[in-house]
Amino acid sequence: MGTLHLNRLSTRHVGPIECRVEAAECVCIHGASGSGKTLLLRAIADLDPHQGEALLDGVGCATLTPPQWRRSVALVVAESQWWSEHVREHFEHGVNPDWLERLGLPAASIDWQVSRCSTGEKQRLALLRALMQGPAVLLLDEPTGNLDQDSTRRVEALLDDYRQQQSAALLWVTHDPEQIRRVARRSFMLRNGRLEEDRPR
Amino acid sequence: MNVLALSPLDLAIAASLVLALAGLSLRLQLGVERQLLFSAARSTLQLLLIGVVLKVLFENAQLPWVALMAGVMVTLAGREVMVRQKRRLVGGWGFGVGALSIFVSSFAVTVLALLVVIGSTPWYAPQYAIPLLGMILGNTMNGIALGLDRLTQDAAQKRQIIETRLALGQTWKHAISDCRREAIRVGMIPIINAMSAAGVISLPGMMTGQILAGTPPVEAVKYQILVMFLIAGGTGFGTVVAVSLAARRLFDERQRLRLDRLALPKN
Repeated sequence: MGTLHLNRLSTRHVGPIECRVEAAECVCIHGASGSGKTLLLRAIADLDPHQGEALLDGVGCATLTPPQWRRSVALVVAESQWWSEHVREHFEHGVNPDWLERLGLPAASIDWQVSRCSTGEKQRLALLRALMQGPAVLLLDEPTGNLDQDSTRRVEALLDDYRQQQSAALLWVTHDPEQIRRVARRSFMLRNGRLEEDRPR
Repeated sequence: MNVLALSPLDLAIAASLVLALAGLSLRLQLGVERQLLFSAARSTLQLLLIGVVLKVLFENAQLPWVALMAGVMVTLAGREVMVRQKRRLVGGWGFGVGALSIFVSSFAVTVLALLVVIGSTPWYAPQYAIPLLGMILGNTMNGIALGLDRLTQDAAQKRQIIETRLALGQTWKHAISDCRREAIRVGMIPIINAMSAAGVISLPGMMTGQILAGTPPVEAVKYQILVMFLIAGGTGFGTVVAVSLAARRLFDERQRLRLDRLALPKN
């Protein structure tokens, strides 16, 4: 279960923002470069100082320890980051082989060297790395930014299943209007630090 | 002791080497001649001054004077650590972290050596205390400056990695652990290298000085070994303390990486 509530959240030039993402809902955010989409996600993950509050199922961020909060409200950044030699060392709890396959990655990819992975492979592995923690909320910063069409569809399908099975809330930043139509019912444009809801379809 | 006293002429001959080097720098357009001459003049002045200060101190060997001298040395070392940082902690922290860790390790090690190992009477006899502290301080300062510089540079460069690790629910300690380990290692490399090379490739300055001043080599060597170990202890513990304090300071109470607590590098 995960219901994300942003209660007058503001950080630098973004906000104050009032927004609810219900459990098992996917909400998309788009907006010009520099409008603060990434800043907003970072504030929700409590990686930047901010005013206001983000709540998960009514529990405020500040009442949990930072690691507890960030494991439940997982941020997946646009450019995946790696710190050890091998992919496996980044997966504390191993990896679900079924998920690897669904994203079009060979089962052996978990034993690859990070330096030999392509950007797209790394991006998908980074997504799985976050999913393996079983977060209730996913903050996705262009999760298919470096992927071809086939891989993009695979990621969308896996995230859709995860959302339904775990009743997870998804906040998804993307520039692609087609993708917004595919994955979300509600979408917002971030402009001048405010979220403006797009016309419902 | 059969010391051959140096005349001003002897020193002038040595100084001509530095002048020649400055001339070469000018000729080759290396651009270091000003720095070279300035630092040579500075070191001459500082050493002459300390010679006078030590002479006075030796004649008034009382604890408050020795403590004052030690205090001044630690403060200057703390300042030196701070100015050597490319990205130092802002506020009083840049000076505080350096000075505190220098103080903790150098003082502890020096006092330990004076009380337990050397056993001079009184234990603070300046003839032992000040040179010993000076040697430990100089090396500890080096290690701490290197370690802190590496830590802050690394944290700034690897910001995205550290924040990804935080976002995956790692604690700040875990997220910065690689940078911290590397910074401590870098701080300790000089003394490890110095110990490996001592006696084979390089003859350490302290021992050489004693031998030049007429001490039997075996006695000088024993002191050198003592000093090496004290330096290693002081440098190692000081670097661990400094890097750990600075690493803590890089994160706030919500375990966010706060690079705004580092000054931007000049130029």
